[in-house]
Amino acid sequence: MKPMKKKLTAALAGNPNSGKTTLFNELTGSRQHVGNYPGVTVERKEGSCRYGGVELQIVDLPGSYSLTAYSAEEWVARNFIVNEKPDVVVDILDASNLERNLYLAVQLMELGAPLVLVFNMSDMARARGFEFDLEKLSRFFGAQIVETVGHKGVGIKELLSAAVTTAQQNGSGGTRPFVLDYGREIEAELSKITALIQAHGRVKGNYSARWLAVKLLENDKELKASVAAPEVHEQAARSAERIEKITGETPETVMAGRRYGYISGACQEAVRSTIEIRRTISDRIDSVATNRVLGLPVFLGLMYLVFQLTFTVGDPFMGWIEKAFGWLGGMVEGWWPEGSGSLLKSLLVDGVIGGVGGVVVFLPNILLLFLAIAILEDSGYMARAAFIMDRLMHKIGLHGKSFIPMLIGFGCSVPAIMATRTLENRRDRLATMLVAPLMSCGARLPIYALIIPAFFPEAWHAPMLWIIYLIGILLAVVSAKMLRSTLLRGESVPFVMELPPYRMPTLKGILIHMGERGGLYLRKAGTIILGLSIVLWAMTAFPRLPEEEVAHFEAARQAVAAGMATEQEKVESLAAIGNEEGEAALKHSIAGRVGYAMEPILKPMGFDWRIGTALIGAFAAKEVFVAQMGIVYSVGEADEESETLRDKLKSAYNPLIGFCIMLFCLVSAPCMATIAVTKRESNSWRWALFQLAGLTALAWALTVLVYQIGRAGGIGS
Amino acid sequence: MPLSVVQAGRRVRVVAVDAGHGLEGRLAALGLAPGEEIEVLRNGLDGPFLVAVKGSRLALGRGMAQKIRVA
Repeated sequence: MKPMKKKLTAALAGNPNSGKTTLFNELTGSRQHVGNYPGVTVERKEGSCRYGGVELQIVDLPGSYSLTAYSAEEWVARNFIVNEKPDVVVDILDASNLERNLYLAVQLMELGAPLVLVFNMSDMARARGFEFDLEKLSRFFGAQIVETVGHKGVGIKELLSAAVTTAQQNGSGGTRPFVLDYGREIEAELSKITALIQAHGRVKGNYSARWLAVKLLENDKELKASVAAPEVHEQAARSAERIEKITGETPETVMAGRRYGYISGACQEAVRSTIEIRRTISDRIDSVATNRVLGLPVFLGLMYLVFQLTFTVGDPFMGWIEKAFGWLGGMVEGWWPEGSGSLLKSLLVDGVIGGVGGVVVFLPNILLLFLAIAILEDSGYMARAAFIMDRLMHKIGLHGKSFIPMLIGFGCSVPAIMATRTLENRRDRLATMLVAPLMSCGARLPIYALIIPAFFPEAWHAPMLWIIYLIGILLAVVSAKMLRSTLLRGESVPFVMELPPYRMPTLKGILIHMGERGGLYLRKAGTIILGLSIVLWAMTAFPRLPEEEVAHFEAARQAVAAGMATEQEKVESLAAIGNEEGEAALKHSIAGRVGYAMEPILKPMGFDWRIGTALIGAFAAKEVFVAQMGIVYSVGEADEESETLRDKLKSAYNPLIGFCIMLFCLVSAPCMATIAVTKRESNSWRWALFQLAGLTALAWALTVLVYQIGRAGGIGS
Repeated sequence: MPLSVVQAGRRVRVVAVDAGHGLEGRLAALGLAPGEEIEVLRNGLDGPFLVAVKGSRLALGRGMAQKIRVA
């Protein structure tokens, strides 16, 4: 007998909505780590816990219905079990929907994985009148069975005990794969394929020749590619054809039927249903939530609540963070004498604190938004939302689930792009990701708030804002449709989705969910955004004004100080000089020069170098546009309420240009945080840069079109 | 007849699924396979479908419902 292992790996497998994640949280608490599986954007969650002197490394596999890799999640789950060979696979089942959940268990048995079955939500199952003969079931499925109630922590000890003993047994003897009888015809074909596989050398992976034969017959693309011998492929194709001829169905359907046959046989013997419930509470909620008439209003109402929560509740927190960063900036500034032109001071205050602060300020919104999403997801409503929106989204070539990210986009593109994770199909997901920034985000609002009152009469203010938002939505719809029929062409995944029963979300689950997302966001602020902020700061700070110019402003200052004006006038004149110096410095800097250099492309849109320079700032974060305009127009610290800045704009531009600025800011280059997150979520710089270039080109073309037509029509001149 | 014409509230038996490789396997894994008895909970007419299969609730796109033959 081998010595007992002190460190074991346990994989948690199970259907989506079987309560797997709740159990994982219960097992590992906060000792978890989230990463990505290499090459795919499927989250890899790991955690650890101790039980009886054994250290358990627990991996929460993505939810899957079967081991035939249909989605990225299932592919990942299967490969983990096959390749990394965990010491034990703990299959979590929703005990109130046992037959469907046992399908994965049967496949795990066939694979020969050391298995523990967990009948989760057993309290719910009992309430629905199910009685299990666990001993019998345990024999049928060749595994220890444990009953748990995940959100109450019931049965966790038993689960761990069963996992450890199964793993230790596996270490000392090994588990023999279960052989399911597929019936005479299929068995005959399976043995032919198995024989050929064995004749052509050993099986590469950690599975039996029979298992491979089963998967080949089921037409598993990935495993097919792993077999080199053409004879095996030919036999598999012949066998599949024969089975189709005899049964009139594809092998995968017939074989699934056999598995379900085994399951229902076992359940007839060992599961008793004492009461017949035709309509569950979930069904009753659904009769409203998915109702053809009421479904949409309920959905819109909930979305309104999400927005309210995100933006009104978040506001005071944002204010505090802004204040905190302002205070921090002020404190750091205090390290230098007043009016000091120290580069280090500027780097720390304007570059680092200003840049990172500008991103961290959205953290309350992001946390609240993810709180709301976590509640919607964990309660089961999210699936209903996708169900309701599917028809509409389908028309523009997207999936019902695309709606959620696009809606979140009105708040901020970063969480919106992160929310595309719920989309299984890569093309659907990419298309959604690429158009999400067209949903006018909260950071663009200050730009509109500055421009609209400057150029348009009071009565036009609200309609103007609506028009801008509407243009964004229309462009998103058109772009999505175009992407899905060109670059991302391909069948939209047919809509098949389980609507899980409604459940009360657990506080722990929601907090962990929210914390994870918030952490990711903060980490980004600390790395990529910090770096880019410094670059953008350097662009506006270098090269510095030549000595003689600085001296010139200094002399002007001294003249004022020595002059006869009142204190009040002196402060004003000094501020004016400071602003003038700021403008001169910006003009002299790389950003200013780039703005100048860009004039030829800016001209057709009616923009000058000043707007160009502000647009560069807007790339860091959209709302920086306003502050940057303040600097180029020498009004100093400007915000969207600045009347002075509005007056300056009014005298320099006309309403047509004002509209063009808003249009360009709406469509063009999403901010760098968006680009960074697109890169991370799409796993490629290519799509991130495509998004950047595509949206900017679209913005330019549209703005030129509007400006030129407008000018020809005599508007604004 | 295709599932898409079945009215809400009716129980039917799946006769065949013509969804092509891959998807058929997925549907079977979800319990939607020939021989299975299902209940139509909602027929959206021009929207998606809601059916009860093996104790779970599945939403199906309209196109999907057309590919499932029932009796």
